[in-house]
Amino acid sequence: MPDRKKKERLPVNLSVNLGGIALNNPVTVASGTFGYGHEYEEFVDLDRLGAVIVKGTTLEPRCGNPPPRIVETPGGMLNAIGLENPGVEVFINEHLPYLQQKGATIIVNIAGNTVEDYAALAGILDGEEGIAGLEVNISCPNVEKGGLQFGTDPEMVKEVVAGIKESTKLPVIVKLSPNVTDIVSIAKAAVTAGADALSLINTVLGMAIDVEGRRPVLANIFGGLSGPAIKPIAVRMVYQVAREVDVPILGMGGIMSHLDALEFILAGATAISIGTGNFVKPDIAQQVIRDLENYLEEHGIMNINELIGAAIQ
Amino acid sequence: MRKVEQALIIRHREIVPRYFELEFIAPDIARDALPGQFVHIRVTKSLDPLLRRPFGIYNVEKKIGSVTVFYKVVGRGTKILSDFHTAETLDVLGPLGRPFSIPPNLRRAVLVGGGVGIAPLVYLARVLCERKVEVMVLLGGSTSGFLVGRDILKRMGIDHMVSTDDGSEGLRGRVTELLEKIIDRKRFDYIYSCGPEPMMARVTEIAQEYGIDGELSLEEHMACGIGACLGCAKEVVRDGRRSFAKVCTDGPVFKIGEVVFRA
Ligand SMILES: Cc1cc2nc3c(=O)[nH]c(=O)nc-3n(C[C@H](O)[C@H](O)[C@H](O)COP(=O)(O)OP(=O)(O)OC[C@H]3O[C@@H](n4cnc5c(N)ncnc54)[C@H](O)[C@@H]3O)c2cc1C
Ligand SMILES: Cc1cc2nc3c(=O)[nH]c(=O)nc-3n(C[C@H](O)[C@H](O)[C@H](O)COP(=O)(O)O)c2cc1C
Ligand code: FES
Repeated sequence: MPDRKKKERLPVNLSVNLGGIALNNPVTVASGTFGYGHEYEEFVDLDRLGAVIVKGTTLEPRCGNPPPRIVETPGGMLNAIGLENPGVEVFINEHLPYLQQKGATIIVNIAGNTVEDYAALAGILDGEEGIAGLEVNISCPNVEKGGLQFGTDPEMVKEVVAGIKESTKLPVIVKLSPNVTDIVSIAKAAVTAGADALSLINTVLGMAIDVEGRRPVLANIFGGLSGPAIKPIAVRMVYQVAREVDVPILGMGGIMSHLDALEFILAGATAISIGTGNFVKPDIAQQVIRDLENYLEEHGIMNINELIGAAIQ
Repeated sequence: MRKVEQALIIRHREIVPRYFELEFIAPDIARDALPGQFVHIRVTKSLDPLLRRPFGIYNVEKKIGSVTVFYKVVGRGTKILSDFHTAETLDVLGPLGRPFSIPPNLRRAVLVGGGVGIAPLVYLARVLCERKVEVMVLLGGSTSGFLVGRDILKRMGIDHMVSTDDGSEGLRGRVTELLEKIIDRKRFDYIYSCGPEPMMARVTEIAQEYGIDGELSLEEHMACGIGACLGCAKEVVRDGRRSFAKVCTDGPVFKIGEVVFRA
């Protein structure tokens, strides 16, 4: 806590509990936008963040999609990285120690192509020290079901989540895809299967066309839209889900300021993630924490938990 | 160390239509900047356009803590940038990326640049000269007025030769033809290059033919610029194996032969 000489201020309480994960404050950094933390060394004190959610991790290394992988769009960007990552073993040996040493609250984002992949990953990470919880990316194709995304079908969601819960004692946050017709039914399926928390939203499926070249800009053709452009969709989904389920929500999508963060919290999110914002302002997460603190002080709100879901009608 | 600085613009000039020289005060970046590195600039305080724009470092004046970039207006972001005035501030992140390396016993280097790709070679040329390396810069441009960096090279007394597409100055043709013309006589021991990919692909062929090592500086669309998003992947060959490298942190400078050019 910084010492405050001039103005006597009462300490505000920013700490929240995300399905069994105690966070110092509700501000986390989103998977795939913060690498393994060391990339932001000069800009952010990792132990100040609510949590660091690391890049999507798979059982085996993945080399990702061919370039071009990103394209800027109005108020946002499309990405088709293709889950490039060195695999869970390299993560544990080369990246986890750094995060532990920095005192970060570590949440590992996992991804797979079969129910067994997810369960195996959860089992491997269960034994590792310093991991606070798992975030499960279910926006992945299920190779056993012809590539249909896990996250689009309530039955597949249940199967994946149940498999993970059996393999780990760690809190499990299920990350929902917005690319579904009924997000509430997917959310309920995840909770029924034992999800301790939900996180939403992942990127919105989109595409851009190179008019001169008369072809898609991204080599992968489609990509995931992120950034301020998706914020209203994300806030709406958090609100819809918060009304219907009892587990805490980690809200994200286009957060660029403490006011954006507050929108999510008022819509029902217990904590938030900053994703694309890190690319624009590498120190944004820490700034949002400071601004949230000031906001609460100025508004005489002693505990941020008072605001969670306060806008739900 | 990488920093975000609110940089005061001290000079911003349109040299020839659509080509701008922009100098700003960013003492921390200036102190650490090495040739080949780049800065990542926010062109607006609003959220659209959202992402930063990367530009190679064209010159550094350590005494006053200034950094200069040289850019061409090609789209919305660079157009907005070109409307900034002296005494305004810019949000600049840098210095970023792997710089050019300078082999310890380097004696004679040739720098081959095309178009606005010449920008990072100008700062390199200056640093090489300060280290007493014999430098020859080959500049390629569309026409006589559009030879990026020629004036500053003249001022610094750095040897250079030019080629233009229309023959209005120097050799008529490609800068790689210029390289082929002189490479036999000059006995260069290292090649540095930055410019359009077909040019660098040809430089690679020539370097390999003559058995000369060197480095290339690449471009790729970027989001973070600091190695976190994996958006700037380029295919490279290392130890005989193909893989994706990050242009922002593994590059933008790569060894000649590492980069896979697509026809
Ligand atoms: C390491 C590096 C160094 C560079 N150095 C210079 C320099 O010294 N001088 C100079 O004039 N230009 C340089 N460029 C290219 C410059 O970044 C682009 O011209 C600029 O981003 C275009 O932005 P825009 O909004 O005007 O164009 P738009 O085409 O409207 O931009 C749309 C998006 O595409 C990206 N983009 C477009 N062209 C390029 C490109 N060639 N490379 C990377 N991203 C691109 C933009 O950043 C933006 O995200 C460099 C690029 C890289 C990667
Ligand atoms: C470049 C990039 C890579 C991402 N990688 C992952 C990933 O590996 N796993 C995952 O669950 N979400 C991933 N995401 C989604 C983000 O975690 C986040 O859900 C989404 O971007 C919305 O938040 P934002 O608008 O603040 O970026 C990625 C997003 C981006 C932009
Ligand atoms: S631009 Fe983000 S990793 Fe290179």
